[in-house]
Amino acid sequence: MDFDLSEEQRLLKESVDGLLTDAYDFEQRKKYMKEKGGWSKAVWSKLAEQGLLGLPFAEADGGFGAGGVETMIVMEALGKALVLEPYLATVVIGGGFLRHGGSAEQKAAHIPGIIDGSKTLAFAQLEKNSRYDLFDVTTTAKKKGDGWVIDGEKFVVLNGENADTLIVTARTKGERRDKNGIGVFLVPANAKGISKKGYPTQDGLYAADISFTGVEVGSDAAIGNPEDALALIERVVDEARVALCAEAVGAMDESLKETVEYIKTRKQFGVAIGSFQSLQHRASDMFVAAEQARSMSMFATMATDFEDAKERANAIAAAKVQIGKSLKFVGQQAIQLHGGIGMTMEAKIGHYFKRLTMIENTFGDTEYHLRRVADAGGLI
Amino acid sequence: MDLAFTKEEVAFREEVRAFFRDNVPPDTRRKMQEGRHLSKDEMVTWWRILNKKGWGVSHWPKEYGGTGWTSVQHYIFNEELQAYPAPQPLAFGVSMVGPVIYTFGNEAQKKQYLPRIANVDDWWCQGFSEPGSGSDLASLRTKAERKGDKWIINGQKTWTTLAQHADMIFCLCRTDPSAKKQMGISFIVFSMKSKGVTVRPIQTIDGGHEVNEVFFDNVEVPIENLIGEENKGWDYAKFLLGNERTGIARVGVSKERIRRIKELASKVESGGRPVIEDPAFREKLSACEIELKALELTQLRVVADEGKHGKGKPNPASSVLKIKGSEIQQTTTELLMEVIGPFAAPYDVHGDDGSNEAMDWTAQIAPSYFNNRKVSIYGGSNEIQRNIIAKAVLGL
Repeated sequence: MDFDLSEEQRLLKESVDGLLTDAYDFEQRKKYMKEKGGWSKAVWSKLAEQGLLGLPFAEADGGFGAGGVETMIVMEALGKALVLEPYLATVVIGGGFLRHGGSAEQKAAHIPGIIDGSKTLAFAQLEKNSRYDLFDVTTTAKKKGDGWVIDGEKFVVLNGENADTLIVTARTKGERRDKNGIGVFLVPANAKGISKKGYPTQDGLYAADISFTGVEVGSDAAIGNPEDALALIERVVDEARVALCAEAVGAMDESLKETVEYIKTRKQFGVAIGSFQSLQHRASDMFVAAEQARSMSMFATMATDFEDAKERANAIAAAKVQIGKSLKFVGQQAIQLHGGIGMTMEAKIGHYFKRLTMIENTFGDTEYHLRRVADAGGLI
Repeated sequence: MDLAFTKEEVAFREEVRAFFRDNVPPDTRRKMQEGRHLSKDEMVTWWRILNKKGWGVSHWPKEYGGTGWTSVQHYIFNEELQAYPAPQPLAFGVSMVGPVIYTFGNEAQKKQYLPRIANVDDWWCQGFSEPGSGSDLASLRTKAERKGDKWIINGQKTWTTLAQHADMIFCLCRTDPSAKKQMGISFIVFSMKSKGVTVRPIQTIDGGHEVNEVFFDNVEVPIENLIGEENKGWDYAKFLLGNERTGIARVGVSKERIRRIKELASKVESGGRPVIEDPAFREKLSACEIELKALELTQLRVVADEGKHGKGKPNPASSVLKIKGSEIQQTTTELLMEVIGPFAAPYDVHGDDGSNEAMDWTAQIAPSYFNNRKVSIYGGSNEIQRNIIAKAVLGL
């Protein structure tokens, strides 16, 4: 048992932290938000130059063959800096589908563009009524000749407006909530029949609602088995959840740090408000919540390698519950301890709160995952 | 980073489990599962079995009878012991006064006390808290005055756990009344059989008798019973409390209780079905299990990190253990109350010897709930723990 980072992991952490310290303070972030698409191509190129976009891919595919711990390190750093660039959508999720389900041809077609930063991806999964159930799919993919025709509507697709390639879940057979008959398809974002409505999200990212009307793709579009891809989807989404847990830990760490700094300097009644015990205890509870979250983020990172898919899913659901509870407490109390200034756009703390809040509601909120753990018979 | 135990660690866990399975007296285990109090004999019998195996004072240095285990092995041993469940070694001797003696005591004291602690030939109790000195321990007033070759001790201690069984006490006494608070305190050990020592039981809200008041009326103690230097007792007390971390989260205890909750909740019915089939109950239980898993991981982080922050500089995460550990223990007893519902009411009157076996185990659930309110109070209340985090970790 060992919780230490290896020498290489330590260097990775230093390099990504260093990059973001230079390139991603709060003022720089504001500028990036105003760039076309809502994030910085220059920063994305820097991430590519440092090899961060190629981390999880096999060396044979041009990547570094890194594992879950490396992704955790990067996501924590992205969470600390409130990074807007589509790392989760492109590298973690898009890359995840290609790594776990992609054919040699699909890998060759898409991975180099991800690694060199020239292409981004988006995962079109959520539907009007599917909420958090990954198997609740009404978008259809019907066989036509060798290829497929996709029809349906997807919502809140992160990076959906800018992505070069969409990864779309669609039903090839069966009824709405059947667990069989779901496929995953690589769809060029400019394919005929796609229309997108883009918008900013609460936390400063960009998403799009996307409709597919008779969108034709070739036989090579399906990742994995087009009639039975739910296990693949669950695996990749589990990895996305783990990445979100790590991002949340980074954002919680910074929220706590900012808050402690603030109450050390803000004076009322002639003293720093951090000298008041009620505030000290609140900050201590924030620390406890953040540490519990960190422990479960590590647990979830390890769980991605569990061989038993049920055990993996249960562990990651549990982590998402802990992170959800912790982030809500840390986020809310960070605002409370900042007082009025915490309510303003000009203070960084509110932006952490908003990102944390959106993380809770991505790929299953606390209640959803708690129910899953309970239905699985618990964790101990 | 690798959270799995090594092959050697897994083998060690199997060895520990097998030893408990073969050696813990079944009645002792049953009583602990049912939340009953154990008699002195039952506890001492088990500790001597443990000591015979060489595991009685596992974390002591090898020269004094320790095992030389790694911190992970200690962790595994503690967890398995709590989860089996079997009584943990008597903390007052093994975890508290023992390390103070082998660290600060002289050769004669080591020779005299350490083997007797290991074999529980002496049952030790702790003379720290006083009626006016709880969280503010350094304000203590029990005094030891030097008279020839004796200390004359006068004063009162309270919350003295299991003093009714004790042969020896280690006691913080004020030896320099003119010095400021922490400075004039000494660490003195003496026999509970000494003339002038009176033990008065305190009955706690669960009806049990775990704690006592102890009065000292001109108790004469040989001068050589001072441990370390005069007026340095506060340093030794801090050292002692710092050693208390092992197992303070009591993850194993909570694991065993969750196992029991599941067992009982699948037997007891509510709304025409077992309580465990109620989704709301299951979610509450799962929420507790998740908190416990997180705590277990936090504890493992602290264990794996031991010594890496330098001596006396524990991992900042260690302050989480007491707060979360106590909260979770309390939640598990609440969940047991919820399972048993109206059958929590019958009260099993304690016999004169403190035993209570007249009634069904269901009668232990409410007392266990009442009793566990203590865990967020003792060992530095959770509010004190928050003060510690605010100061030592957050720098407030």
